[in-house]
Amino acid sequence: MYDVAVIGAGSSGCAIARELSRYKLAVCVIDRESDVCEGTTKANSAIVHAGFDAVTGSLKARLNVRGSTMMPELSRKLDFAYKQNGALVLCFDKEQTAGLEELCERGRRNGVEGVRIITGDEARELEPALTDEVVAALYAPTSGIVCPFEMTLAFAENALANGAEFRLSTCVNGIDKTDGGYTLRTSSGDIQTRVVVNAAGVYADKLHAMVSAEPMKITPRRGEYMLLDKEAGGLVTHTVFQQPTRMGKGILVTPTVHGNLLLGPTAEDIDDKENTATTRSGTAEVRAKAQLSVKGIPFGKVITGFTGLRAVGDTHDFIIRECSDAKGFIDCAGIESPGLTSAPAIGEYVRDIVTGILSPEKKPDFIDERRGIVHFAALTEEERNELIKRDPAYGTVVCRCETVTEGEIRDAIDRPLGAVTLDGVKRRTRAGMGRCQAGFCSPTTIALIAEKLGIGLLDVKKNGVYEKEAADNA
Amino acid sequence: MREFDLVIIGGGPAGMAAAIAAKKQGIDDLVIFERGDELGGILNQCIHNGFGLHTFKEELTGPEYAERYSDQVKELGIPYELGTMVLDMTEDKQISIISRSRGAETVKAKAVVLAMGCRERPRGALGIAGFRPQGVYTAGTAQKLVNCEGVIPGKEVVILGSGDIGLIMARRMTLEGAKVRAVVELMPYSSGLKRNIVQCLDDYGIPLMLSHTVIDIKGKRRLEGVWVAAVDEKNTPIKGTEEYFPCDTLLLSCGLIPENELSKSAGIELSPLTSGPTVDESLETNIEGVFACGNVLHVHDLVDFVSEEAVRAGENAAEYIKGKPSSTGVPVAVKPADGVRYTVPSRLYAESAADSVHIRFRVTGVFKNSAIVVSCGERELFRKRGRIFVPSEMQDIIIKKDKLSELDGDIEVRIEEAAK
Repeated sequence: MYDVAVIGAGSSGCAIARELSRYKLAVCVIDRESDVCEGTTKANSAIVHAGFDAVTGSLKARLNVRGSTMMPELSRKLDFAYKQNGALVLCFDKEQTAGLEELCERGRRNGVEGVRIITGDEARELEPALTDEVVAALYAPTSGIVCPFEMTLAFAENALANGAEFRLSTCVNGIDKTDGGYTLRTSSGDIQTRVVVNAAGVYADKLHAMVSAEPMKITPRRGEYMLLDKEAGGLVTHTVFQQPTRMGKGILVTPTVHGNLLLGPTAEDIDDKENTATTRSGTAEVRAKAQLSVKGIPFGKVITGFTGLRAVGDTHDFIIRECSDAKGFIDCAGIESPGLTSAPAIGEYVRDIVTGILSPEKKPDFIDERRGIVHFAALTEEERNELIKRDPAYGTVVCRCETVTEGEIRDAIDRPLGAVTLDGVKRRTRAGMGRCQAGFCSPTTIALIAEKLGIGLLDVKKNGVYEKEAADNA
Repeated sequence: MREFDLVIIGGGPAGMAAAIAAKKQGIDDLVIFERGDELGGILNQCIHNGFGLHTFKEELTGPEYAERYSDQVKELGIPYELGTMVLDMTEDKQISIISRSRGAETVKAKAVVLAMGCRERPRGALGIAGFRPQGVYTAGTAQKLVNCEGVIPGKEVVILGSGDIGLIMARRMTLEGAKVRAVVELMPYSSGLKRNIVQCLDDYGIPLMLSHTVIDIKGKRRLEGVWVAAVDEKNTPIKGTEEYFPCDTLLLSCGLIPENELSKSAGIELSPLTSGPTVDESLETNIEGVFACGNVLHVHDLVDFVSEEAVRAGENAAEYIKGKPSSTGVPVAVKPADGVRYTVPSRLYAESAADSVHIRFRVTGVFKNSAIVVSCGERELFRKRGRIFVPSEMQDIIIKKDKLSELDGDIEVRIEEAAK
């Protein structure tokens, strides 16, 4: 019997688990995939939004600004990549500068520090690659970029270190109310819990409907992206948004925290919660719109494209509350943008709801720091030498594009909650994330995973173990 | 800090041949840095035959060809350090390396030969729409898995791109019991060698679909199939021609890219046409004493040409170390013109050139009964007729030095088509 079962090991679920692990609570995190960070969290813009977008007074606005404020210290404590690079929202039409003013005013009301309007020329001074069509811009210096994989893994590993359990490759197929809480019917047996947190991303409505009659609909909003080689990463230093126009919502151009250039996303509401395919039209749209903002994007340097699904709720705000008709069942749903930014604040917010129900005691020995995997490429020669002396595996480079050593890959596989798939290794170490896209390193990485798991090379999966057919038949 | 007269980066066919040539010219203070666990580079996974026809007048497998050179490296006592990755190089030839045995260190070289080879163009760079499931590999990765690791990635295969590795892998997968449904090529001609099309596709009844491409990839976790369509002359898929191929494996053989991240870190100028360094006729880059050869310079189709080129790079590096002044005089540009995609070299010092100068290039399309013409202004320096020139075959022409006296402008290489 758990005190709390968190369904969904994305950024929200893992942040919640970490906050709950501060208390004397039996917490488990359940996910259908074989790894954390496999849903919406793994395919998004990786932006720490300043907080000027959300409607003042909304939960989104509150949690966004709080999350953004928490991020610098958290990134140091939990050792994940984060950088405050500032953002610009571009306006291309003199008649629309009023909209920009409004956005700026909203930012101030939401408590975002330092937002101001600048002229097109001032914007080009900050970002020389901006197009001549830019007439004004909103400048938000507190906007940042983060590695969503590292952040989520950091929450998860820290929660684990503080006693939370992770039950991965476990799909929740049904939920029954019991006297003391709930029984989750999963693909790997029943799980009893007093409280349930529903952080299941695009599937949150399905889980909600298992216990509640309140209507809820989560629509997957598909967003396609293009990722460019690090060579193109310096084209802009700020995150460059476009002011929404009558032509629709714009797309962004941003450096990533690891130095690539990211373009996207498109926005298309779909029914299929699994449809993460890229399309020709999506790619074309990203190309066309990105060029409205920035000159000279080297499209020949695209190294991959991907599609993410945002979990869009029908209330246009985050839905985070205990169900009125299902006590002890807490929805954490509709976590669309700025969900990633808000994750740390969502963790606190849900923690407060849960502690309100269970009134647990605090742990005296909560560990609030976590060390990530060494980033060999960023070390000095001296540090590298020391590391190789300690463990010669750091002397073999497996991924040549990102300079990732065997030592880092072994750490990613060996550490608690370690990687069991190629993508898992990639998210933890960046091996395979570079310009050759795992062409050279994958045979070695496969061999290292196979060795650890004691399985054949061909049994090593690229990503999660969840099989849709199995769930449908269950 | 260790110092060497000559550091050779890469112990594949180019690096080995360059090292042997330099050693034979009396350079004893040299070293090969190889990131793999043995010498030979990519040849070690090329277990098919057909290597060495030019060099040794016999048909060898890749590992056999490599062994001819690694044996010489060992016999000549040329030092080589395996499992050694070069991470960085500066303009003044300081080279940062790491290895398990020696850790991280920086060494210094008087001269450097770049011989890092190339990599395959990945799926992401091709922009194919669809899911990103397990079962999509570049042909070379699949070749490594099959030939070195002993595992067959799938049973039903479609191959996109008709580069040589793709063709070779069509045959390999067939021999290993897989069904290769088709090789799909965007261009109206194959980018692989004719002999490979005959021996790897025709002999096994594997269809080559020219002017076709993969437009969609199905299967979220595991590849289930691909949609293939014909393309028009602008390479746009033609509606109504779509055909679905169920398959569990998609191999990509869509081009090779010289691997020059290291060169860039040293400030070496790269050619947008080859993605390799720009070099003069001695294969010297814009940085004095840094030479390049093999697939890091431009992508070759035959290893024999790699070895030959590397010998010249090694010899020229030796000359440089021995104090021969670098190229003298004023260079002229060597430029690709009609029908020619690039040239190596891209600049030429006629005054200090050796007795004969190689110009290597590829044509932009299929040319029948045409001529290769090299000219300087109105003056024709070279002419050679040919029955057919195709993009898959690198052209290698040799111009005698006496033809190159008193050049008064750029040299142009072009294909002169037969009058129609």
